[in-house]
Amino acid sequence: MFEVFFPILMLALIVGGIAAAFIFLSIVLGKRTRLGAKGRPYECGIEPMGSTQDPVPVKFYMVAISFILFDIEVIFLYPYAVVARQLGLFGFIEILIFITLIMVGYFYELGRGAFKWD
Amino acid sequence: MLEMVIITLLKIIAVLAVVLTGCAYSTYLERKVVAAMQHRIGPSYAGPYGLLQPLADAVKLMFKEDIIPDNVERWTYAMAPAISFIPALLTFAVVPFGMDMTIFGREIKMVLSDMNVGVLFVFAITSMGIYGIVLAGWSSGSKYSLLGSIRSSAQMISYEISYGLSIVGVLFIANTLSLSELIAQQETILDWFIFSQPVGFLLYVTCAVAETNRAPFDLPEAESELVAGYHTEYSSMRFSMFFIGEYANMLAVSAVGTVFFLGGWQGPFTEQVPILSFVWFFVKVFMFMFVYIWLRATFPRFRYDQLMNFGWKILLPLAVVNTVVTGFFVVL
Amino acid sequence: MTLDVAIFFISAIVAVFGATMMITVRNPVASVLYLLVSFAAQAVLFIQLGALFLGVVLIIVYVGAILVLFLFVVMLLNLRGGEDLGQPSRPMSRFSKYLIGALLLVELVFVIRGSAGGTDQTVTGMMGPVVETFGSVQDVGMLLFTTYLYPFELTGVLLLVAIVGAVVIAKRETEREAAQKKQLVEERGHSSEEKVS
Repeated sequence: MFEVFFPILMLALIVGGIAAAFIFLSIVLGKRTRLGAKGRPYECGIEPMGSTQDPVPVKFYMVAISFILFDIEVIFLYPYAVVARQLGLFGFIEILIFITLIMVGYFYELGRGAFKWD
Repeated sequence: MLEMVIITLLKIIAVLAVVLTGCAYSTYLERKVVAAMQHRIGPSYAGPYGLLQPLADAVKLMFKEDIIPDNVERWTYAMAPAISFIPALLTFAVVPFGMDMTIFGREIKMVLSDMNVGVLFVFAITSMGIYGIVLAGWSSGSKYSLLGSIRSSAQMISYEISYGLSIVGVLFIANTLSLSELIAQQETILDWFIFSQPVGFLLYVTCAVAETNRAPFDLPEAESELVAGYHTEYSSMRFSMFFIGEYANMLAVSAVGTVFFLGGWQGPFTEQVPILSFVWFFVKVFMFMFVYIWLRATFPRFRYDQLMNFGWKILLPLAVVNTVVTGFFVVL
Repeated sequence: MTLDVAIFFISAIVAVFGATMMITVRNPVASVLYLLVSFAAQAVLFIQLGALFLGVVLIIVYVGAILVLFLFVVMLLNLRGGEDLGQPSRPMSRFSKYLIGALLLVELVFVIRGSAGGTDQTVTGMMGPVVETFGSVQDVGMLLFTTYLYPFELTGVLLLVAIVGAVVIAKRETEREAAQKKQLVEERGHSSEEKVS
C-alpha cells in the first residue's frame, strides 16, 4: 500500500506548498494601497444594497439530497462492474432490482416536481 | 526506500512541470483558437506569435495587489483558492502518461501511483472540486459571488452523477478499476472503448464540460449577469489560482477521458519507440482540449432552468439506461 | 518502514484533532471543514490498512456528498456562527445527544473487544493486512453481492424511503417560500413575473 499512497501524499504536500508560495508571492510583490471603496463588495460601482444573508431556496437543498442518494447508487455500481461477469445473471438481476428501487424514487421526485426549475 | 522516494520526487516534479505549463499554454491556445474562430488575431505582442503571453500574464498577476475586502470571512476567504487549486492537480497522480520504460537499468512506471482503484480516486477528487467554489462564494460577502457559488455547486453535483454513471459502461466491459489496466485493454484502435461505448463517451464529454464549469455550462461565471461569479472578489495570485485550477481540471478530465475512451497512450510504433507513447497521449489530450475551446466558441450559454432540467431529466435517465443495457450485453 | 509508522501517527492525530475541533468551534463552516480534515485523515488510515477501496469510497461519499449537503444546510439556514440556536423544547431531545453518545461508546467498546477477543488474525496491526487480497474491489464486490445480498437490497429500500421523506419535507418548505414570494410581489404592487429568489 505504501507505494500507492505515498506519492499521492507527497504530491498533495508539494501542491499545497506551491499554493502557499503563490499567495506569499502576491503578498510580497503586490503593492498595497488602502482606499475606502476598495474594501466594499463589487456592485458595479454603486453603493452596495440589500444583504447577502438571505437564506438559500429549499430547492438547492433538495438537489443536494438527491445527489447523495444517486451518488450512493453509483458507488454500488462500481464494485458490481468489476465482478459483473463472475456473478452472471443472478448478480445482474440483483443490481437491476437495486436500480429499479432507486429509479422509483427518481420518478417519484420527478412526479412531485422536485426537479422543476422555473 | 530512499531510491523510491527520490524517483517519486523526480516524477512529481516532472508531472507538475508538464501540467502547470499545460495550464498556462491552454489559456494561450484558447485565446488563439477563439480569436481565429472570430476572425481576430489574438495575443501577438509578447514574443513571437504571442507565445510568451502566459508568462507575461503570470508576472503581471503576481505584481497585482492582493485585495481582501472588508466584510469577508477571513480564513475561509483566504483558503478557498488553495482548496480549489489542490484537488485540481491531484488527479494527475493516477494518470499514466506513457508506457513503462527502462531508464538507467530501472523499470519505471510513467504514473505516480498505480492504484487498482484509480477510477474511484479520480471520481473522489472530482467530487472535492466543489468546496473551493462554495467556500469562495460564501465567504466573499458579495451577492454575485454567493449567487455564482450556489448555482455552481448545484450544477456540479447534478452533473456529477451522470459523470460517474457515464463510465460504468466501460467498467462493465473492462472489469477493472485500474487506469493502467484500462489502457492495456485498448491496445489497437478498434479496442478503444469509444466504439463499444459511444453513448457513454458523449455523456462523459457533456458531463465533463459541465463539471469543469465551462461554456456552454459556464453559468457560475456568467459574466453578463454575475460579473465573474464566485471569484468576483478575488484578485492577484488568489484569482489566478482559481484560474489555474479551472484549466488543470479541464486537462484532468481530458486526460482521464483519453484513458477511458481513447486508449490513453496507446498508438502505433510505441513498442519500437517508447517515447512515442507520450506523444500519442498528448495529441489525444490536445484534441479533447480543442473540443472544449470549440464548444466555447460555438454554443451560447444555457439558461439555469434548462441546465438543471437537462442534467436531471435527460442525462441522468440516459446514463442509467446506458448502464443497464451495457450490463445486459456483458452479462449475457 | 519508519515512515509508515510516522504517517500512521500523523493521520491518527489529525483525525482526532479534526473531530475534536469540529464539535468545539462556533463557526459552522469551520466545523464542516474540520470534519473534512478528519475524514481525509481517516481515509489515509483505511488505505494504510490495505482497504484502498473503502478509503476512497469514504472520500467520495462523506467528503464528496454528505459534507456538501451539510455545507448546503449551513448556507440554507445562513448560519454564520454566533447565533444562539436555542435549546430544543422537549426534554427528550435535550438529552438524546448524551444518550446517543453513550450508546456509540458502548458499541465501540464491544466492537474492539469482539475483534481482539476473536482469532489472532482479526487484529492486523497497522502495517497492513494479513490476507493478500483484503479490501480489494473484487473481494468487496463478491461479498456485497453474495453474502451480504439482503443488506445490500435493503440499502436500496432505505434510499427510496429517504427520497420520499426528503420530497415530503421539502414540499412544505417550497410552499412556504412560494407564499412569501407571492406576498412580496403583491407588496410591490405589480404583477410582473419578477423572480425574488
